Amino acid sequence: MKRAAFLLLIAASSPALADSALPPARLADTELPDPNQEAKAQVLMLELRCLVCQGQSIADSNAEMAGDMRALVRRRIAEGESPADVRKWLINRYGDYVTYDPPLSAATAPLWIAPILLIGLGLMIARVSFKKRKRA
Amino acid sequence: MRRLLLWLPFAVFAGLFALVAIGLYKPADRTVYSAMVGKPLPAFALPPMLPGKPGVAAIMYRDGKPRLINVFASWCIPCAAEAGQLKRLQELGVVIDAVAIRDTGPNIQGFLDRYGDPFDRIGDDPESAVQLALGSAGVPESFVVDGKGIVRLQHVGEIRADDVPKILAAIEQSK
Repeated sequence: MKRAAFLLLIAASSPALADSALPPARLADTELPDPNQEAKAQVLMLELRCLVCQGQSIADSNAEMAGDMRALVRRRIAEGESPADVRKWLINRYGDYVTYDPPLSAATAPLWIAPILLIGLGLMIARVSFKKRKRA
Repeated sequence: MRRLLLWLPFAVFAGLFALVAIGLYKPADRTVYSAMVGKPLPAFALPPMLPGKPGVAAIMYRDGKPRLINVFASWCIPCAAEAGQLKRLQELGVVIDAVAIRDTGPNIQGFLDRYGDPFDRIGDDPESAVQLALGSAGVPESFVVDGKGIVRLQHVGEIRADDVPKILAAIEQSK
């Protein structure tokens, strides 16, 4: 009996969530009426980082802030802004960190250059070792 | 030369090992900072959250006096924890405005009744629009804005007693 009462207490208690009491923003989970604009918004939402969950895109996240960011993306695209403009607006506020498709800069250059260098190195090693085999 | 080459894979491994060990013991700072510091406040106008207390608009920050913008919410626990420090800042002469994120009038009133009210004005930001425009990634965050409307300092997280001097200095420098 005591145990049942205890379990009931646990079931009835509300967790201390860091969430507001307000419903999600108007456009957080509602598609835009124009399918063309909605498609553009979807593509952009997949490459924007959820700032409170950090490993997820705002399209994947259930966090309230991700919902507010989705609403922002949809609202701006419905107002006629291009996805590139919306992305730039967010980068101006949060830095390149907010996008999963960071632009080429001094910090990201090695990511682009390293594969080319490594393929080149591999080709050179392959050439040398094939040459050796022929001679043998 | 050959002998040295034999040790190369081991050297690479040792280097990687060191890199991973450093990453494990000193994890990178994952705080998301605003890129708006040093830039003018974005244009916005928020309606008042409570009757008898004005809302917050960007044009109000051109009157030559520095202010602190506190991004907060009644549902945010660290916001309650920093209330005492905000009160102290107010007593030291700092003018504090608030942007209430995803909140309701009655909830804000209850929060202020319980933890004190250091705010000059409180704006209602139901969809975090101004929060996003400021480059803020959570509650609570505070921004020092100078008299020309330029963001001078961002403080992420609750204001603790040892953060007060830093904020006071930024206010002093913005005068």
